[in-house]
Amino acid sequence: MSRENSLVSAQWVEEHLDDPKVVLIEVDEDTSSYDRSHIRGAIKLDWTTDLQDQVRRDFVSKAQFEALLSDRGVANDDTVVLYGGNNNWFAAYAYWYFKLYGHQDVKLLDGGRKKWELDARELTDEPVKREATSYTATEQDLSIRAFRDETVAAIGTQNLVDVRSPDEYAGRLLAPAHLPQEQAQRAGHIPTAANVPWSKAANDDGTFKSDDDLRKIYEEAGVDFGKDTIAYCRIGERSSHTWFVLKELLGQENVKNYDGSWTEYGSLVGVPVALGDEAGVA
Amino acid sequence: MCGATEGGLSLAGVDVAKEAVIQGQVTRDGEPLAGAYVRLLDRTGEFTAEVPTSATGHFRFFAGDGQWTLRTLAPKAEPVDKVVHAATGSVAEVVIQVG
Repeated sequence: MSRENSLVSAQWVEEHLDDPKVVLIEVDEDTSSYDRSHIRGAIKLDWTTDLQDQVRRDFVSKAQFEALLSDRGVANDDTVVLYGGNNNWFAAYAYWYFKLYGHQDVKLLDGGRKKWELDARELTDEPVKREATSYTATEQDLSIRAFRDETVAAIGTQNLVDVRSPDEYAGRLLAPAHLPQEQAQRAGHIPTAANVPWSKAANDDGTFKSDDDLRKIYEEAGVDFGKDTIAYCRIGERSSHTWFVLKELLGQENVKNYDGSWTEYGSLVGVPVALGDEAGVA
Repeated sequence: MCGATEGGLSLAGVDVAKEAVIQGQVTRDGEPLAGAYVRLLDRTGEFTAEVPTSATGHFRFFAGDGQWTLRTLAPKAEPVDKVVHAATGSVAEVVIQVG
């Protein structure tokens, strides 16, 4: 993959607003944000209801994903362009999710909703309805999804990249600071994980830094591009942002997102946990 | 849940005694500014969180004890940085004016 195949600019989106084969999808935790205003023609996916099983902690099944996209009017040969708030955290998560279920042509709007707003581009509250389709997904591509056991096994052998803020990594905070801090799981990080906050990959306006800058950031943090990599955060959405950088922008092979992330790992009995700013030992 | 609600989460149901809250309002020309972005940077300048301001220009963070920087971005304005100190059990109130 490369930047040209996986990322589009706000200008590109504006020029393709009336292209019927380009489907804009807003994904944001704050779904009222879409309801108040969105890019013209964009549909909404709700990551908590549309993309999560409502009983178990897992994703919707292949059949549910097919039903969802068919109902929302997304076709297999559509170009899906995802954007959202929070510097595209949830849009990147949806991007990874679309890849997991085998959608071929999916892209991120560079900078997401914030860049669009800071550019003072047009937003609308007009309802959007697309004609239903008959969408077919593939089985999950588990080459991009890590589970807890392989994450534990990766300690000291693969690159583990903890993309949370330094204070969460060290155990001084348990969640991003726009959320209350009282949480059930233990604080800290997976031993040997490098701390490369997702935000290092983005400019203040939410757009991605250049490939050269990105490569340097991970190399300086001790990520060995010759090894396989697992990225994690708290619930797997910020690490989707980093997965996107490593896999789609920099073209690294064998990069997985551990969507269980710290809310799972920090609740496991018996696994090693490192506290403080140092990576810790295997 | 990890996303940022406009203006930040409400304090309803939150045990404020256990939180180091930083909150405030962004204004332009004396008027509340909706749709600005307030970023919370840690003592090393690293990003920690971000929320868009509410319709009344408000924002809120749940930080930790110590010094933080608020960086505010708004359309057609230069970023504004403001240093703030947070402490568990108290609410740091900040007013930010953008040009």
